[in-house]
Amino acid sequence: MGIRSIFIDNMIFAYFLGMCSFLAVSKKVTTAIGLGAAVIFVLSITTPVNWLLNEFVLKEGGLTWISASFTTIDLSFLRFIMFIAIIAGIVQLVEMVVEKFAPALYGQLGIFLPLIAVNCAILGGSLFMAQRDYTLAESAVYGFGSGTGFLLAIVALAAIREKLKYSHVPNGLKGLGITMLLTGLMGIAFMSFMGIDL
Amino acid sequence: MSAETIEKVIDVKPAEGLISKRRRKLVTDPLIDENPITIQVLGICSALAVTTQMKPTLVMSISVIFVIVLSNVVISLMRNTIPSRVRIIVQLAVVATLVTLVSELLKAFSYDMYKELSVFIGLIITNCIVMGRLEAFAMGNKPYDSMLDGLGSALGYSWIILTVAFFRELFGSGAVFGIPVYSYVSGIFGDDFKLANNGLMVTPVGAFIILGLIVWVQRSKTGYVEH
Repeated sequence: MGIRSIFIDNMIFAYFLGMCSFLAVSKKVTTAIGLGAAVIFVLSITTPVNWLLNEFVLKEGGLTWISASFTTIDLSFLRFIMFIAIIAGIVQLVEMVVEKFAPALYGQLGIFLPLIAVNCAILGGSLFMAQRDYTLAESAVYGFGSGTGFLLAIVALAAIREKLKYSHVPNGLKGLGITMLLTGLMGIAFMSFMGIDL
Repeated sequence: MSAETIEKVIDVKPAEGLISKRRRKLVTDPLIDENPITIQVLGICSALAVTTQMKPTLVMSISVIFVIVLSNVVISLMRNTIPSRVRIIVQLAVVATLVTLVSELLKAFSYDMYKELSVFIGLIITNCIVMGRLEAFAMGNKPYDSMLDGLGSALGYSWIILTVAFFRELFGSGAVFGIPVYSYVSGIFGDDFKLANNGLMVTPVGAFIILGLIVWVQRSKTGYVEH
């Protein structure tokens, strides 16, 4: 499951999630590692928390634990708002906790944390988790795994782009164009994992 | 505060027409010169995921147009009452509400499409174009202007993803809007002339490469160079 979400269901190459920051922050390896680590961190917290929220509040019959008369209530239409609120809240919380207890880490991750609240990969992780009916343990592993997949992809791309600075790229292709083509080629490499059945 | 508003009202020239030159620019600029996808590099996430076929892409474009235009108007109406510290949360709440509306409408009237687009409708919330326009334009401009600005950005986004979808569907499954073009062509020229589908185009890889090429063509036309 963990390996599956890192390689086969890779957030970037299979679902295009988190592309915005993937393209924007992949110019240097060190910053890419920072963002990747922050994504792993936030994904592994938010996915299980949203699982709890989905299971015990939003799902049809999820409120049964309060009183039997709530069995028929289905709040799943509130999913988007609740998930994004939880994510924004947790990101804020994580930012404060890290700032307080690990100032060195905050110095490295700090600028990336606010960016992450609007990263598609985070919300996408929670939505996929809800759609595929994972269990709590599965969703925790899935969150960590897809975060790791994101880190792997962004660091690899950043390393290639650092080398790319020394090559001659046609004017129109500079920046976004060549990066898209590169991502495509990396995607082909990642496709070779698809046949593996775990 | 009230004195300020009165001053502002006097400042505005009443002569500006409903579709003045400046306002037309708001709509047309994001189509080519300031295109959200190819120049500003925003909202790529959903741009690629849904583009294997034309039909879901069209639905996606309409949803995005709806969400951007309405959220721009709403935020622009509320812009003077939103404290700047919590503005991100307020913006997210407005966008999430609109996206929920879209998703419920789709679920009610076109369930197959809802299944096909799955989580990507929800991901409009985190589409950087929406947040970007809210931050950059709607927070400081009047509702009507914001509406036009949103419309322009959304159309710029739409035509790019429709182009990507056109090539991906044509090469990947030999069809346009579900109409099997390839089999017509081989019908005309006889069986000797067969066109094979390119399976790579259906995979994410095809999307990256097509978008890369579109960016290349467009940027060499406009002469925009990224440093």
